[in-house]
Amino acid sequence: MPAIHVRGLRKSYGAIEAVRGIDLDVEEGEVFGILGPNGAGKTTTVEILEGYRARTAGEVSVLGHDPARGEREMKERIGIVLQQTGVERYLSVTEVVDQYRGYYRKSRPVDELLALTGLEEQRDQRVKTLSGGQQRRLDLALALAGDPELLFLDEPTTGFDPSARRGAWDVIAGLRALGTTVLLTTHYMDEAQVLCDRVAVIVGGLIVAEGSPDNLGGGTSASEIRFALPPDTGADALPDLPPGAKVLVEGDSVLVTAADPTHALATLTGWALGRGVTLPDLTVARPRLEDVYLELTKEAAPPHEVAAP
Amino acid sequence: MSDLAIAARQVRYEQKAFWRNPAAAVFTFAFPLMFLFIFGSLNSGGTIDTRGGITFVTFFVPGIAAFGLISACYTNIAMRTAIARDLRILKRVKGTPVPAWAYLSGQIGSCIVTTLQLVSLTLAVGVVVFGVDFRWDTVGGLVATLALGAACFCALGLAVSGLCPNGDAAPAIVNFSIFPLIFVSGIFFPLDGAPSWLLSVAELFPVQHLANGLQYAFDPRTAAPGVNGGDLAVLAVWTVIGAVLALRLFKWENER
Repeated sequence: MPAIHVRGLRKSYGAIEAVRGIDLDVEEGEVFGILGPNGAGKTTTVEILEGYRARTAGEVSVLGHDPARGEREMKERIGIVLQQTGVERYLSVTEVVDQYRGYYRKSRPVDELLALTGLEEQRDQRVKTLSGGQQRRLDLALALAGDPELLFLDEPTTGFDPSARRGAWDVIAGLRALGTTVLLTTHYMDEAQVLCDRVAVIVGGLIVAEGSPDNLGGGTSASEIRFALPPDTGADALPDLPPGAKVLVEGDSVLVTAADPTHALATLTGWALGRGVTLPDLTVARPRLEDVYLELTKEAAPPHEVAAP
Repeated sequence: MSDLAIAARQVRYEQKAFWRNPAAAVFTFAFPLMFLFIFGSLNSGGTIDTRGGITFVTFFVPGIAAFGLISACYTNIAMRTAIARDLRILKRVKGTPVPAWAYLSGQIGSCIVTTLQLVSLTLAVGVVVFGVDFRWDTVGGLVATLALGAACFCALGLAVSGLCPNGDAAPAIVNFSIFPLIFVSGIFFPLDGAPSWLLSVAELFPVQHLANGLQYAFDPRTAAPGVNGGDLAVLAVWTVIGAVLALRLFKWENER
């Protein structure tokens, strides 16, 4: 049985339909990412799964529980990092972490939680003196206090500097290694690419694409070979490429897209070596998740702007 | 850990948080004590002829104890709850397995601890500095009024916190809802000469009955055990009203 099972999920706020029929399965031990622009319905979906919001329609199961019932049994087994949450600002990191541990039947020791989130040096600091990144790590420490099987992370690294983001990624990768199932939302494609086993792109309250970050584009994701024309070589001198490869020349820069880059590349490099020239600035790249995402969110943009509640 | 132990642990946690936050501690504690010293000193030695010539401090010290209880229960719980909701502390707590009743018992318990500290301090200052006669034979009435008063004003405080749209609005709403009543309820000065309609209005609300219940226990003319049934009955009714309103109005999240 999957950790999260969703069928036909809908959520309306008055006349506005924020979630318009979502199906989702997150397997145990998987890191699953929900991507999408602001107001696409990401947070609404996640907050329904966490039990904060009632759904309008559909079937939802989280670790075998219906989150709408607010069952304690479910809350014992999940951890939640919300987008913005506070704690008592005048208490120390250790005091707060220890208090939240006490809410769970089964909990991780304080030292382990601080080590996991890299807060050992701040253990005696008052919460209000922590930096933004440290407060976010405290959020994570509190979410992990009950040693959850399933962790919800709503934009866990928004506002982080690049090194803090790497640090957070290491923590999440470490949790995955420990077998924790993770459902995260993010704006950052590199984050999804690094962390997620699978991602779903939500636009206008609907999932418009789902798959591993590398295969999200489906069959259309051809590789791209780029280089500059060698000196004194015209575009018409380029060799015939294997079927399926497309050539685009702009000035003296060349872009070849090919589903099978090995063949095209062999033809191109053989041609260049035969002429005794090099291919300046040669690169081969798979399209980045970001490109696929931008393409998807552009195509599937809803006719009307759906406001996030 | 049992839920009862979680609630007890929450009391300790809230007390720690309360005392570490200088603004909250000062507002709750310093105001009643300041009024006690100012009004007590201004009127020390005075008597109240309309009340059989009892000394002013015999009337005033239990009045300030009532004010302290309102400050520690009503104002304190309403502000803390509104701010905790604003900071989304309540939303975070709701995502954990802690039962709502255990968490809220922790809040209420912490307010009761603060009330005990504040009322004890007020009465001690009254006895030591202003020479108020502490009557052991009416302790029953004193304790009963304090206990019911704490329940009543914690419930009303939780209810009013639900009326605050956000933490910024809380101080205005909370103070505006209680200060007019405090002034017309005979806490700072006897209202014996006040217009009767004003007294009738004040009679409807719990502040007057809390103050009167405590003053009754200190009045030298009162017979043991000093329990004023009429005042306790009104407090009990308001406790029920407060609890019902709190259950209806309490929110874990601000509406967005």
